Amino acid sequence: MNQKYMLPLAGVFLLFLLAYAGVEGAGLQWFFGIVIPYLAVIAFIWGFVNRVMGWAASAVPFRIPTTCGQQKSLPWIKQNCIDNPDKASGVFIRMLLEIFLFRSLFRNTKAAFNRNEKNKLTYSWEIFLWVGALAFHYAFLVVIVRHLRFFLEPVPACLTFLEFMDGIVQIGLPGIFISGIVLLFAALFLLARRIFDAKVSYISLAADYFPLFLIIGIAVTGIAMRYFTKVDIVGIKEFTMGLVTFHPVIPAGVGGLFYAHVFMVSLLFAYFPMSKLMHMGGIFLSPTRNMANNTRAKRHVNPWNYAVDVHTYEHYEDHFREKMIEAGLPVDKKE
Amino acid sequence: MSDELKPDELLDKIDHTPSGGDWMDSTVQIRPGMYCYAAKPESVQTLGLPNARAWNPVEDDWKLPENWQEIIHNGIKERLERFRTFKIFMDICVRCGACADKCHFFLGTGDPKNMPVLRAELLRSVYRNDFTAAARLLKFLPGGDRLAGGRPMTLDVLKEWWYYFFQCTECRRCSVFCPYGIDTAEITIMGRELLNLLGLNIDWIATPVSNCYQTGNHLGIQPHAFKDMLEFFTEDIEEITGVNVEPQFNKKGADILFITPSGDVFADPGTYTCQGYLILFKYLKDKYGLDVTWSTYASEGGNFGFFTSHETMKRLNAKMYAEARRLGVKWILGGECGHMWRVIHQYMDTMNGPADFLEEPVNPITGTKFENAKSTKMVHITEFTADLIKHGKLELDKSRNANRIMTFHDSCNPSRGMGLLEEPRYVIKNVCDNFFEMPENTIREQTFCCGSGAGLNAGENIELRMAGGLPRANAVKYVHEKFGVNTLGTICAIDRAALSTLMEYWVPEVEVYGIHELVGNALILPGEHEREMDLRMEPLPGKEDEDE
Repeated sequence: MNQKYMLPLAGVFLLFLLAYAGVEGAGLQWFFGIVIPYLAVIAFIWGFVNRVMGWAASAVPFRIPTTCGQQKSLPWIKQNCIDNPDKASGVFIRMLLEIFLFRSLFRNTKAAFNRNEKNKLTYSWEIFLWVGALAFHYAFLVVIVRHLRFFLEPVPACLTFLEFMDGIVQIGLPGIFISGIVLLFAALFLLARRIFDAKVSYISLAADYFPLFLIIGIAVTGIAMRYFTKVDIVGIKEFTMGLVTFHPVIPAGVGGLFYAHVFMVSLLFAYFPMSKLMHMGGIFLSPTRNMANNTRAKRHVNPWNYAVDVHTYEHYEDHFREKMIEAGLPVDKKE
Repeated sequence: MSDELKPDELLDKIDHTPSGGDWMDSTVQIRPGMYCYAAKPESVQTLGLPNARAWNPVEDDWKLPENWQEIIHNGIKERLERFRTFKIFMDICVRCGACADKCHFFLGTGDPKNMPVLRAELLRSVYRNDFTAAARLLKFLPGGDRLAGGRPMTLDVLKEWWYYFFQCTECRRCSVFCPYGIDTAEITIMGRELLNLLGLNIDWIATPVSNCYQTGNHLGIQPHAFKDMLEFFTEDIEEITGVNVEPQFNKKGADILFITPSGDVFADPGTYTCQGYLILFKYLKDKYGLDVTWSTYASEGGNFGFFTSHETMKRLNAKMYAEARRLGVKWILGGECGHMWRVIHQYMDTMNGPADFLEEPVNPITGTKFENAKSTKMVHITEFTADLIKHGKLELDKSRNANRIMTFHDSCNPSRGMGLLEEPRYVIKNVCDNFFEMPENTIREQTFCCGSGAGLNAGENIELRMAGGLPRANAVKYVHEKFGVNTLGTICAIDRAALSTLMEYWVPEVEVYGIHELVGNALILPGEHEREMDLRMEPLPGKEDEDE
């Protein structure tokens, strides 16, 4: 058994049990429902801001975008304004595509040896990671936005519309939300990739499995509550509104499963800033993507540029003067 | 050693499926054929860099300073503050694996630690251990450091860094595919800076750096010898064309200072590219009165300081502007080179500018303003030549290159650190009729490295080089078999040296040419006699019989 994923799996399971048993057995609703969520949100905001401020505090000494297309040069050569932007507008579009469509990942290829044909290396377009990642992130986004209905009263029309769209495939009652199902399956796909793709498995750390299991746990408990155990929605709304209005209440008739769900969400929030999940913030600041490739046209200033020792021409000529004169090379000083 | 290893045997050995175990548990085996010799102390001393001493990578004792762990720790700390790239790239990798099979060294060796993500993790694991909150929290648990993905900085880790950071050519191909733009080149650069704090450079970098600092170029060619070499080319050109191209040296008040890698002055087939430059400048002088000078002081375009540390890069690069200022030229023209252009394009102005003593570059012959170079004031020779050709200023006889069936290798740095893609293609298509692209996953921004860049073009690591060059060679082989390609064009001096060896090993029927060698062949010099030979002194197409 691979410890790298068995430990996180066991950990998430134990954390689930902890909250479930804590509520069902020890009646710790106030702890898992009120104390932990508040602490988690504080940890999230404080940690996230800290991390981003930390990055922002580091200098950007050089302008080093990775260029993925033709540069701006002679007027008759067509520049690739997005993949090799020289203006802020191009950078903006490049970043939009990167952030919302995962453009670089879209390029992904798979290299393989064709053993039959004289050992040729071939490259094929590898779209599954991109599809899986996009499905995962967008489904997660919709799920989060959908959950805002628990924190807003009255529920804004746009949220109701989103819910309508999300539930447009009407099977059974209550209606299925596509986002939740997609989130679960996309997370399972990403997990399967980590376990079964030898390369990805080799590079994966416990810290890669932990958030995946946590998110899978959150999705499973959410789905279970909606479709199977049918929790008391009115009671939950009372509880969540209590949290956002800072008048927390513990509703009657809401069971351990709900608190386990809230606990795992809280853990995800608290864990977020100290983990790789910070790629969400980091992508905005990545200097190879968010800078224009115009270094030769516009000087970039390095805030810590310092003077260095150089071998000056005078030193050089002093060293080689005789040989230079003999070879007929011009010199500044004759002797 | 790969001297005995046949190409097909090397290929059969490669397995891209890492097997079992935790990568942190496997200790590094420094294997002959895969590593470069250690820097000689006298080369490290020239620039006053730390811990100059004789040492041997395969011996146990690396003769490190007593407090080497502290030096590394402080070095990381300082760089986290100075480089946002470094800090972000340490933090945000999700290990999605998209970069894994994008690295030519991984494709060619199958060594999992050559996956870009794992190369970075070598450093990241120490960063996590020493600098992150998660590690501080988890340390209280048994085995907690592993859970956080951290490991302490030990001698084994250091040796692993050294081995693998000198198995990366800083080509940036992985960063094209990374969803966050994580650039392994940047991480390797930091890794090598840290290693250099302990005096752990390789000699193939340290000695050129030392030479460049003292003598003006990597090869240590002294001024009189530099002049001799170009004059030797001049004689050859005179024999071929009947024209004396008369290069000028260290000339004050010239219009343009020309700087190119010294490799082109020294080693075939770069020397033919160099002759191409000489022919072009003679043509422009006779036809349009353009005054171009070479410099013996700034006689190196390349910058192996870039492979040592940012500071060393700056110290070597300073000569370009210093010499342009001393000679009072209008602007600088740069020859065909890869990493040289990354340094000029993305670093030079920032490090050693502003170049306010130069003029915004304008091509005096066509009137074209090089808007994209108006601050740095240095123009790439293919930008310059493409502009001349576009305006019909060069008289070219393409038939002299008729026996060249071309493909073009985009060098890593001009493609991914600059975006110089169409200019060389435009020049090629105007001097040669037969041009075929390699498959699209292997050119332009997705181009594969020659496998010998970033200072790894040594002799002792030949197995590494041949393995790393495999994806490139494989694509050349494809167009060779499909279209009969016999010529691989490049705009990089390292490529000209490295690809020649690589082709010899993988696709021996293909020769390597610089773009300006083709220009030199095609350009009709005023007053030249009918040419019988190309610059390699081989009969021109259609002249083969007359020889006999």
